[in-house]
Amino acid sequence: MENNKNKKKRRSIFGGVIAQTIVLLFYMLFALFPLFWMVVLSLKSDKQMFTTTFLFNPTLENYRVLLTSGGYLTAFWQSLIVSSLSVLIAIIAGTFGAYALARFKFKGKEMWAFTILSFEFAPAILVVLPLFLIYQSTGLYDSYVGLMLVYQVIVLPLIVWVVRGYFEDIPVELEEAAQLDGYNWLQIFLRRLLPLVLPGVVSAALLSFIFAWNEFTFPLMLAGFNVHTVTVVSLNYLASATVHYGQVAAAATISAIPSIILAISIQRYLVRGLSFGSIKE
Amino acid sequence: MVEKEKIDKSFTLSKEYTKNIKSKKFRSSILPLLILAPSIVLVIWIFVPFIMAIILSFTNYSFNFPIWGYVGGENWIKVLSNYDFWHGVLVTFEFGASATAVEMFAGLGIALLLNRSSPFTKILRVVLLFPLMIAPVIASLIWELLLNSSVGIVQKFLNIFGLYNVPWASSPKMALLTVVMIDAWIYIPFATLLLLAGLQSLPKSPYEAAKLDGASSWFSFKNLTLPMLKPIIYVTLIFELMFSLREFTIPFATTGGGPGDTLMNLSLLGYEHGFTFYNLGLSLPYVLVLWIIIYVISYYLVSKWQKSKVSR
Repeated sequence: MENNKNKKKRRSIFGGVIAQTIVLLFYMLFALFPLFWMVVLSLKSDKQMFTTTFLFNPTLENYRVLLTSGGYLTAFWQSLIVSSLSVLIAIIAGTFGAYALARFKFKGKEMWAFTILSFEFAPAILVVLPLFLIYQSTGLYDSYVGLMLVYQVIVLPLIVWVVRGYFEDIPVELEEAAQLDGYNWLQIFLRRLLPLVLPGVVSAALLSFIFAWNEFTFPLMLAGFNVHTVTVVSLNYLASATVHYGQVAAAATISAIPSIILAISIQRYLVRGLSFGSIKE
Repeated sequence: MVEKEKIDKSFTLSKEYTKNIKSKKFRSSILPLLILAPSIVLVIWIFVPFIMAIILSFTNYSFNFPIWGYVGGENWIKVLSNYDFWHGVLVTFEFGASATAVEMFAGLGIALLLNRSSPFTKILRVVLLFPLMIAPVIASLIWELLLNSSVGIVQKFLNIFGLYNVPWASSPKMALLTVVMIDAWIYIPFATLLLLAGLQSLPKSPYEAAKLDGASSWFSFKNLTLPMLKPIIYVTLIFELMFSLREFTIPFATTGGGPGDTLMNLSLLGYEHGFTFYNLGLSLPYVLVLWIIIYVISYYLVSKWQKSKVSR
């Protein structure tokens, strides 16, 4: 009797795992097929684009055009510079900011915290036009500094809030002990806390890098002659007289590479780092 | 000699004492603001274009004419009495609510499924993030190629089941569905990532206790997981809802707001008046109202979130 019950239970658990795996596989198909298709299209010539489905002669022609015709490669490096420097600046400022918001009690704390976050949600269309006028008159238009400045608004709030949550998960006792050892706040911050919040910092850096890298509206309106970004340049292959879908697909494929490499290299920290202060003691 | 030592001691003590008071005040009000200052400076300057936007909304500023002046509340009256504005508010909420709902439920579901440790889920945790790494403007394009009614691979697949010429974004009935689907494709991974992080940080002991008591997994989910996960659910909700309320790129890149005005949300209306009709003054009320909506909702949700963190 007992044995039978156990068997039944085991079977239902087994069935549950199968059902779960099937759901996951379906979602996987939805999530990954478009990407697979993007890569497939990037290997097709213009001629084969609309006449073939799965069977075709793969060609690297799209990639060759992309990498030799100048524009794209420049935009790739410029995007890399703008995005990674923006994230670096935001990480340095934001980790300190997060520390202040997590560990000190002071007047207007929540007000500042919300003010910083609220900019993350500001509609780009609202500020981009006045920004265009300001940038034109101050020389920030079409410059690295100008783009990096406006990227702070996208990148920094995210970092501050993720890392703040991570600081809050660290027991205060640890800091008090360090204080008794005669460390000042900066020493405590650098030596004791920073190693512990690293997963949060690294995950926030990845997410904000992705958002900066994918940004479209700001670089479209505020740059485009000296400084290009991959998102804007990729669309140029559409706007030309003949639409080169294969080149767009190749451009999209290459543009996903930095984020994917980053994600894989920090996967160890990735999930742990984004708990937003919800670890329960 | 002894006397002097005593005085010295009391002097240093009092000095120490005042220093302590000073440093306390310094620690409690000035130091944190100093540490926070760089972050504030780097984002607060965006107030300048923001205030400019408010001022310009009371002018007839246009890219076409060099001469402009104040027109009072004319733009605002024009916008608020216009049908397209109220329709835009409706579309903004329709899209925001449906996209967020799909992303939250699917995100939570996938996160729960990935919350088991196996080689399969370990790989999926990274691989399933990939859609987030495609720029939304490019993602829209990929989906357009997939759904294209003559050559799209999805259409070829549906042909097998006798579903011919599914119109997707080009029909008013399916446009919202299509754009929500593309939005979900990009942002479900974001929800999954945050919620999975929340799930992984939950303590194990309540679950073991519940298991010993013979509780069903549904019972543990409802009475343990959901309450404990509340704070991170709020965070995820805040980000997903704000991103979708202000969404511009995806409807813009897929249909440009069409067919007709089916997908014209406040962001797109602001863009249309500002860039297509070059009437900046008239375009700004649309996005300013959007900003007010977003600000109020996010303020409410953030305070709810803070409360949920304390009450645990």
